[in-house]
Amino acid sequence: MKFLLDLHNRLGKWFEKGAPLEWLHPLFEAQDTFLFTPDTVTEHPPHVRDGIDLKRLMITVVIALFPCMLMAMYNTGYQAHLAIEAGCQPLNNWRTSLFTWMGFEFSSRNVFACFVHGALYFIPVYLVTLIAGGLVEVIFALVRRHEINEGFLVTSALFPLILPATIPLWQVALGIIFGILVGKEVFGGVGMNIFNPALMSRAFLYFAYPGQITGDNVWIAAQTTPDGYSGATWLAVVKERGLAGLAHPDLGAAHANLTWWRAFIGLEPGSMGETSALLCLVGAAILIATGVGSYRTIIGCFLGSFVMAELFNLIAYLHPGGNPYFAVPFFWHWVIGGFAFAAVFMATDPVSSPFTEKGKWIYGFLIGAFGILIREVNPAYPGSWMLAILFMNMFSPLIDYFIVRANIKRRMARYAA
Amino acid sequence: MAIGLSKKEREVLLDPLFHNNPIAFQVLGICSALAVTTKLDTAVTMAIALTLVTAFSNLFISLVRNTVPTNIRIIVQLSIIASLVIVTDQILKAYFFDISKRLSVFVGLIITNCIVMGRAEGFAMQNPPWISFLDGIGNGLGYSIVLVTVGTLRELFGSGKLFGHTILPLVTDGGWYVPNGLMLLAPAAFFIIGFFIWILRTLMPERQEKED
Repeated sequence: MKFLLDLHNRLGKWFEKGAPLEWLHPLFEAQDTFLFTPDTVTEHPPHVRDGIDLKRLMITVVIALFPCMLMAMYNTGYQAHLAIEAGCQPLNNWRTSLFTWMGFEFSSRNVFACFVHGALYFIPVYLVTLIAGGLVEVIFALVRRHEINEGFLVTSALFPLILPATIPLWQVALGIIFGILVGKEVFGGVGMNIFNPALMSRAFLYFAYPGQITGDNVWIAAQTTPDGYSGATWLAVVKERGLAGLAHPDLGAAHANLTWWRAFIGLEPGSMGETSALLCLVGAAILIATGVGSYRTIIGCFLGSFVMAELFNLIAYLHPGGNPYFAVPFFWHWVIGGFAFAAVFMATDPVSSPFTEKGKWIYGFLIGAFGILIREVNPAYPGSWMLAILFMNMFSPLIDYFIVRANIKRRMARYAA
Repeated sequence: MAIGLSKKEREVLLDPLFHNNPIAFQVLGICSALAVTTKLDTAVTMAIALTLVTAFSNLFISLVRNTVPTNIRIIVQLSIIASLVIVTDQILKAYFFDISKRLSVFVGLIITNCIVMGRAEGFAMQNPPWISFLDGIGNGLGYSIVLVTVGTLRELFGSGKLFGHTILPLVTDGGWYVPNGLMLLAPAAFFIIGFFIWILRTLMPERQEKED
């Protein structure tokens, strides 16, 4: 180890100020701090009060995301196999050819086959994200002379998880390039961004290419259109027909045996990594235990959505027969669609959420409330959590401002002569 | 270009094109840049209309600048600009009815365009007619450059066409290009103008604000 470190340090001389390879310093620095613990600690946000290295902070998030990634692969394959077993044709692409060439069968009972099939969708999306986004990151690091940052590692892990399995890879590349460029680098890089870059990327795709990221035909990696097998997410089904709609026989086997538990575990169609509320909670436990994610934001989200959902339940109770969505109880809202994932991994982004502790409660609460509001009132935007969080991202400096002002006022009153 | 003009006249005419672009540096006239740029033909029409209105309003306001009492100057400026806008609107309605219909209120709204008022108040009130006229043309062209750039990008990437002619054949018509829906929404113009400002500032470091 000592030998390696010596060699490494000697190579490092080439990248120092004034040395011939100085312009490549950000690249050297990136792998330097990746391989060895650096002896310098950072002095700026997102970690004002703690000397923990940014790399460790961000890698904790990636570890917390890991269960969701595994689920993304399994569930993508599982949903595809369910559809194929019900009579749909497999998608006509290289993944299907490779899958059958490897000798697997489209069986929803074969966990390993589901896993492999899902991986054939998830891993290319992840790789494209890493390469395209990483390229932008490296170019900016070299031109602007800042360090290559692990913030990107988190963004690139989050982004594929909130995409449907069938998304074209070029759109993935375009989305992440836009997100990194406009969501982060124009503001000055990691720590300066107002918006969550992963959500920016998704929002870009959502408005630019709605046909490939919303609707009923993108979530399941099989040809669901002509066969009378609904590829809609449960969210869309509930929106259309209320909770009773989930038991409708037209929908096909993806929606057979619909229970709350099934949605909680995540065996439902949806964006790849966000279906499982259970694994998001596992991630939440990791984030909270390590102090990386704020429990205030997460609980705030749950509280906000609870209050808002109850309000709509009240409306549904007073005026029965209106929007069937109004009658959906809060515990269903928590397990269908992207709520859990958004609350745990998206809202807690330390850069774009408020820095004050009280601010985090307000921020979380309002995300929860706005998310449910958009979800129930505007049927055109099923991706409500993305919009709610981006919206609140914008307000987090303002929330901080008022919290700080209030505190100053209180202290002034206390010490007023 | 600009032969026969004095140095000052050339500067007044050419400076607003890039160096002191009304949209990119003065951030004036953004609203119409968002509204009329989904198609290139409307963008070009709007650009020409605004250039002419700015030029002539500058000219007429400069002509009357010494006879107008200061406390009613804004009303006088407005009535001159309003008359010009009405004339423009009528001409468009008479000869380019289709485009006029698509531009709808935005021709009328030229009157509220900050570039017109800004140049009238900021330049024409202090300068003689000829140079004010050039200033109006220059600022109008500066506006046009941004409008045409934004319009080109939005129509090309949003619907695969330029002036209504197919450039990138769409998937829905059997081609290969998947149109970018964001380009047809107003935020796209914001992004493009943002990138435009970014590029201009990178090319002109002297226009960047100092860090405090």
